[in-house]
Amino acid sequence: MANTSCEEPSRTPVISMRGITKTFPGVVANDHIHFDVYPSEIHALLGENGAGKSTLMKILYGFYRADAGQILLNGKPVSIRSPQDARRVNIGMVFQEFTLIPALSVAENIALFLPDLPAVLNHREIHRRILDLSEQYDLRVDPQAVVAELSIGERQKVEILKLLLSGARILILDEPTRVLAPHEVEALFRVLDNLRRDNYAIILITHKVKEVLACADRITVLRGGRVAGSLLRSEATEGRLVTLMFGQELTSPKADRRKVPDKGASPLLELRGVETRPAGTEMRLKGVDLQVYPGEIVGVAGVSGNGQKELSDVVLGMIPCVRGEKILFGEDMTHASVGVVRRRGVGFVPEDPLSMAVVPFMTVLENLALTRTWHYARAGGLKMDWRAVHRDAQDAMSRFGFSFSLYVPARTLSGGNLQRMIIVRELAYGSRLIIASYLTRGLDVRSTFAARQALLQARDEGAGVLLISEDLEELFALSDRLVVLYDGRIVGTFRPEETDIYTIGHLMTGSEVPHA
Amino acid sequence: MPETTIISSRLAGFWRKLLDGLVRYTLTILLALGLFGVILLISGRNPLHSYRDMLVHTMGSAYGFSEVLVAMTPMLLTALAVALPSRLILINVGVEGQLYMGACFATWAALTFPHLPAYVLLPLMAFVGMLGGALWAFIPGYLKARGIVNETITTLLLNSVAPKIVSFFIFGFWHSPMDTDKTANFVPAARLPTFFGTRIDLSLFIGLALLVVFWWFVKYTRWGLEMRAIGGNPQAARRNGIPVSTYLVVGMCVGGAIAGLAGMAQVSGYYGLLLANFSRGIGYMGFLISWLSFGDPLGILLMSFVVAVIFTGGNLLQLTQGLPFAAINLLLALTLFVVLARPQFSGFIRRKTA
Amino acid sequence: MSLLAILGVISSAIFSGTSLLYTTLGEVITERSGIVNLGLEGVMLVSASSGFAVTYLTGNPYLGVLTAMLVGGLMNMILGYLVVTRGGNQLASGLALMFFGFGLSALIGKPYVGAKIQGLPRILLPGLEHLPRLYTSLFQFDILIYLAIPTAFLVWWLLYRTRWGLGLRAVGESADTAFASGRNPWRLRYQALFVGGLLAGLGAAHLSIAYAMNWTEYMTGGRGFIAVALVIFSKWHPLRAIVGALLFSGAVAFQLLLHASGFKVSPFLLDTIPYFLTLLVLMIWGGTRRYAAPASLGRVYHGTE
Repeated sequence: MANTSCEEPSRTPVISMRGITKTFPGVVANDHIHFDVYPSEIHALLGENGAGKSTLMKILYGFYRADAGQILLNGKPVSIRSPQDARRVNIGMVFQEFTLIPALSVAENIALFLPDLPAVLNHREIHRRILDLSEQYDLRVDPQAVVAELSIGERQKVEILKLLLSGARILILDEPTRVLAPHEVEALFRVLDNLRRDNYAIILITHKVKEVLACADRITVLRGGRVAGSLLRSEATEGRLVTLMFGQELTSPKADRRKVPDKGASPLLELRGVETRPAGTEMRLKGVDLQVYPGEIVGVAGVSGNGQKELSDVVLGMIPCVRGEKILFGEDMTHASVGVVRRRGVGFVPEDPLSMAVVPFMTVLENLALTRTWHYARAGGLKMDWRAVHRDAQDAMSRFGFSFSLYVPARTLSGGNLQRMIIVRELAYGSRLIIASYLTRGLDVRSTFAARQALLQARDEGAGVLLISEDLEELFALSDRLVVLYDGRIVGTFRPEETDIYTIGHLMTGSEVPHA
Repeated sequence: MPETTIISSRLAGFWRKLLDGLVRYTLTILLALGLFGVILLISGRNPLHSYRDMLVHTMGSAYGFSEVLVAMTPMLLTALAVALPSRLILINVGVEGQLYMGACFATWAALTFPHLPAYVLLPLMAFVGMLGGALWAFIPGYLKARGIVNETITTLLLNSVAPKIVSFFIFGFWHSPMDTDKTANFVPAARLPTFFGTRIDLSLFIGLALLVVFWWFVKYTRWGLEMRAIGGNPQAARRNGIPVSTYLVVGMCVGGAIAGLAGMAQVSGYYGLLLANFSRGIGYMGFLISWLSFGDPLGILLMSFVVAVIFTGGNLLQLTQGLPFAAINLLLALTLFVVLARPQFSGFIRRKTA
Repeated sequence: MSLLAILGVISSAIFSGTSLLYTTLGEVITERSGIVNLGLEGVMLVSASSGFAVTYLTGNPYLGVLTAMLVGGLMNMILGYLVVTRGGNQLASGLALMFFGFGLSALIGKPYVGAKIQGLPRILLPGLEHLPRLYTSLFQFDILIYLAIPTAFLVWWLLYRTRWGLGLRAVGESADTAFASGRNPWRLRYQALFVGGLLAGLGAAHLSIAYAMNWTEYMTGGRGFIAVALVIFSKWHPLRAIVGALLFSGAVAFQLLLHASGFKVSPFLLDTIPYFLTLLVLMIWGGTRRYAAPASLGRVYHGTE
């Protein structure tokens, strides 16, 4: 199971997770995982999304309870059933979405979590404690500043100070560099280094190989819910880490379904230097160039959180394009509304249909009509032609070989049928450009196959598809062209038969592509 | 599953829902009556006599029943004014103010064009009344659509302003020679026609018609579908190309227009003049009725009827039991409390998933 | 525009604004915990009527004030039950409470309509004994007036300098985070409502026992709603409420002043200025943006599993 080459018999790990198993409906998130953290070290937990890193740490922090296995604190078994329990044993966690209260000041946010806060607040005392600690570890913030006015990097400092001042000795940071600028990343590593020197144990959850090599002492790689490998920094190289993250198999691209796009045709979608504005702790696009031609599937590979949501939203028109141009079907639609974009023939299969594209309490039939209400309206809008909706739906269902109930509320459909419903709506009704985001996430084998077939069918009929996915196997199998999205930019364009999983994996994790 | 069984099970579900609703309403009212009865006992009055008197007065005579309908009409309209925007999850607490503005504009028309024939003047008054209400609702709607301020706050503020504007006009320009707090009686052409020798005026029928239109609009038209989508999942509606911002503004304006119409009906039908501070919470009562019926037309009809019975009956208690009229608010409030205290029974689940 | 006239305006504003200030301070606390109380009008009416009744029956105005405070706290507890425990809609529950207050206060107060009481004694502002009678009569304040501004500072201290206040504000901003820090959002909201009710009762007491010294139906005249608007105007800060209370209640008196100096502005229009100002404040600095309003104001907290 675990690569035990990096255990240290002379020292006791401060945290030892043994045989941790956690299952959610349909997926084994953690499968007999052994994970040790020693004091005075930075231990990176590396893996793709869905590898189980977040789940494991949420178990350590008390958000979930493991189905099997135990947690040892300094060698003694301990029961952690809630974040309060975790904090009591000095474990602290900084999440990707900060839990700071923007309207309150830095000091107030920190004070809220101080275990020994007196009934009458002594602001001077609190400020002093904050300043002392921030001096010591180079986490400079103004205790009186209101959090709403701080930058993301500064807010992160506050989150860390909050942990330190409430007594945490074991710090878990979930993807801390996702929203930081390069110089802020360096500053963070310096802070972590200082903390490590003072006997803190730090667990870093990340998917970025380069950063891991820059700051970690020990690295555990998770893949598919299992420990793929555990190494010391000295033993780790980029190549080795990427191999562990993505596995040994090489997928052979299926050349038979490859299509060569008609070079003469003009692109359906063209993005030139598109930038978006970030909202809170979300990613922003930093200058994306992309084209999608008719009759091709462009696969977008990348770890989620690198701009995927923003990419699909900006094409659709949900978020504004602050710089650059967006050209759809030959027209400049940089500032077009969603309604206009849709009318021109853009379909969108979202990653979480129930919350993003479906009205849960309305029936399936009603939901199917929502993207083209103008098409089914009669008498100037006074009536809806439900017969036509029904007929179109039946036609599409038989074309794709689907069958689901039309007259039940959408929220009662299974995940697979919900996706089928979305596919019918977005692919069948004459969409020329289709954006498919995590098309098969959470689907069973049959639904996965059906969805992929539908996509290929649409492509064969001349539509252009932008397929955003984390599933490299799927991307390699379906794409005619492959691009990688990292940190809000497109960092590589390939034809699948000319590249391999390692190259893509490297680009996805921000590491250098090795020269064979 | 074959379609026919789906449809028949839907119909069965409809009757079940209706029965369920009736049972709930009955239990609610019984509980409230019990609580109010206790209060009556404490204050030295006989609850059974009181309830008997109320029932006899309201249901026992044709005139009594007509009085109930008269009391029901304004609340029906204001509830509608809240119900339409509520389909977009807009909280139109501003009905009270929109009511006043509608009354104000309608009064202006009545006083400025007293010589016009009724079939011109009345539609004119209705039109400007609706305009006034819509204007009063536009600002909150616009601010909400642009994401600047919540419509709850803005409408509440404007509620306090509207009665003062009305008072300004009355005291400054419009008051009758005898009283400073109201206008002179409107000319007959400016009065809504009454029916059956009672005080029931045209606005009742307009209200009922609007109720039907509202129900049909939301259920069958394209815009109703899109509204329900926005109310059900605004993000999804936007993603599917529905222009949410436009709907928010228009929705508020239409709500305001209906409230303005209610205001016009008050001055043109019920009072026959404009009185300062004439509304003792009709707008708020409409808000409560709509919110507690979840904007459902049938529920609005039922609930405004029940509230009207309580109000009208309460009028009598003032004479027979020496109760101050305002005390009837207690029974009303107790009914509302009982409904509010049991969210899981009233379609709350539907709202939560929507 | 004589000095006497100006002083008259100020005195009138102080008298009239005191009850508004107390009520507003109470609502600041309540809203800071995330609950809007649209029923303040009803709460004040019931407090005013019961306080008046007790004062009339016992001849002791202080007992009456205490009663009013307690009654206010209890009325708010009804809102607490509906909103916090039963998860009811805040606006609807508040309005229902308002109607409840209309009815209950009428019932309580009926026997005392037209009754006269001694009221709270008025004490001259110390240091002004030498001034002529005309002036001193303007500045004979009762103890509640003297305590009003100190109370505002007390509320400020409670919200910003105590652990309880910090937790309360956290609940109003993000009940989830407050819960994560080990606090009980439901209990804190109940406590906020009670304290808010005490202060609203105090405001009502001043109205019926010290200022008007009588009882009539609906005597609060919309002060409950004005308080809600005032809270917004003060951006949920107790010290700004002092200025706001003077502004909102000074308008009528100000009108008399203008009238005396030749400007004839309708008192009604003047009365609307504070509201438009509030709207302006909101539009410029944002009600929902810029974190002016407590972030979870109006939302029901369902807790985490």
